[in-house]
Amino acid sequence: MQIAENILQTEDLSVFYGNKQVVTDVTLDVPRNHITAIIGPSGCGKSTLLRCFNRMNELIPDASITGKVLFEGQDLYAETVDPAEIRYQIGMVFQRPNPFPKSIYDNVAFGPRINGFRGNMDELVETSLKRAALWEEVKDRLHASALGLSGGQQQRLCIARTLAVEPQVILMDEPCSALDPIATLAIEEVMRELAEEYSIVIVTHNMQQAARVSHYTAFLMVEDQRIGILVEYGESRQIFTNPTDERTEAYITGRFG
Amino acid sequence: MIRSTQRADFQARLARRKRQSTIFAGLCMAAIAIALLMLVVLLTYIVVQGYSRVDWQFLSSFPSRFPERAGIQAAVIGSIYVIAVAGVASFVLGVGAAIYLEEYASRQKFTKIIQVNIANLAGVPSIVYGILGLEIFVRTLALGKSVLAGGFTLALLVLPVIIIASQEAIRAVPPSIREGGYALGASRWQTVWHLVLPQAFPGILTGVILAVSRAMGETAPLIVMGALTFVPFAPDGPMSRFTVLPIQIFNWTSRPQAGFHEAAAAGIMVLLVLLFIMNAAAVFLRFKFRDRM
Ligand SMILES: Nc1ncnc2c1ncn2[C@@H]1O[C@H](COP(=O)(O)OP(=O)(O)OP(=O)(O)O)[C@@H](O)[C@H]1O
Ligand SMILES: [Mg+2]
Repeated sequence: MQIAENILQTEDLSVFYGNKQVVTDVTLDVPRNHITAIIGPSGCGKSTLLRCFNRMNELIPDASITGKVLFEGQDLYAETVDPAEIRYQIGMVFQRPNPFPKSIYDNVAFGPRINGFRGNMDELVETSLKRAALWEEVKDRLHASALGLSGGQQQRLCIARTLAVEPQVILMDEPCSALDPIATLAIEEVMRELAEEYSIVIVTHNMQQAARVSHYTAFLMVEDQRIGILVEYGESRQIFTNPTDERTEAYITGRFG
Repeated sequence: MIRSTQRADFQARLARRKRQSTIFAGLCMAAIAIALLMLVVLLTYIVVQGYSRVDWQFLSSFPSRFPERAGIQAAVIGSIYVIAVAGVASFVLGVGAAIYLEEYASRQKFTKIIQVNIANLAGVPSIVYGILGLEIFVRTLALGKSVLAGGFTLALLVLPVIIIASQEAIRAVPPSIREGGYALGASRWQTVWHLVLPQAFPGILTGVILAVSRAMGETAPLIVMGALTFVPFAPDGPMSRFTVLPIQIFNWTSRPQAGFHEAAAAGIMVLLVLLFIMNAAAVFLRFKFRDRM
């Protein structure tokens, strides 16, 4: 398969919660400026794998990893790397929209502010909201509470908030699972546009969504008590039309999972 | 056949269950009626006895040998001073400790032991804190029997309650908010300060004010640490000697003259009004902060 330059790579990555292993020896390359989807049945370790990319798993007290994660060729877990700096460059959008209980403006401005941004904040807020396709809907109420937005608007606000710190990678964990089909399409459209400048990794349960938006797809599975096995990884077109592994085929045609 | 006997059984039992239910409701009502009645009797008694004494003269005078000239100014100002010190000190320490326990400490055995002990401390008799205050603040730190020492003593007393209330308020902030902060590159401090605390603040504030209102009614620890009982002056600074309302009231009730008993009742009314103001402030601030979000 033909892959562009890689922005993220894992090498024999395993993750443990206590002594329970939930990601097993995953080796995977995430190409720059493309959308990579992670699919697989519930509980197979998708979220856990995704959270390795911005070191969010460290916030869970007894989580540990072995193997390597490289970001632009650098070891993400090296002693000298500050997790806050990593999260500044690798943003994350969560499954449930989690706007801060502040105004729409302050939500977007939060990231730049804490990172010491010194430019024109109004402009940054506007461009971020525009790129997340939310500007038109909120431009007249920037100082109203973000909690008054609909679920789909909140999720786009969370995307805008992530964009405002200008990360290189955006990780999305089932960003549309709490949304209706129209809001979902709006977010997919946003993703497609963002993929020109950003590298996106998305976890999704929605096979059509993975097929629609992603360039590459990774299929994770649970087998014989072993969790988080990477079964197949390749171009989405090939995975969804002509998978090489029969387990992938069984999953995407809905025969299990 | 079987079904019809079952149904008859059910009907019989249903009647009994309904009866039980009525009796239980009646008992509960009696309980609350008794509690309310006691309260009303108590308040009426106090108001009847004291209300003729509550006037400007009473509020602005110092204690006196003559009941009709005795006033409460020293005690009111003393109470306000001491509670202000106790409130600030316990707020800072209590919220700090709660933040540490909830956001920084690892969930280990040691933290659990601390946690259990804080809960236990909340149950320690208040007089013990008086002894502690006497040793630490009055003697070791040489603050003397001052407003500062009294305030710190009461701060220790309410600290466990404030820590627990603040912890609960902090815990009630959804983890997804913290994750959102960390995911944007916020440090732990930034996440706590900008995201967690603003949301936990109304809850923390309510806990602090309720705890401090309780402290305002405390007598024993302050007597032990050496607050005065007869103070013909208002405290003029943190190192001044002082008395507080409950001590003044206690002092008056122990005198034989009926005039002092009236003064005591009037003092209780003043104390109740102050408590009421503080509780009202708690409610008001809670709503104010909730609206802002
Ligand atoms: N904090 C945790 N402590 C212990 N085990 C955990 C923890 N979080 C997740 N797990 C376990 O790790 C495994 C993988 O979880 P993960 O959340 O990564 O799955 P997922 O593929 O994202 O599932 P879903 O599609 O349902 O979101 C599951 O078996 C889960 O029970
Ligand atoms: Mg998940």
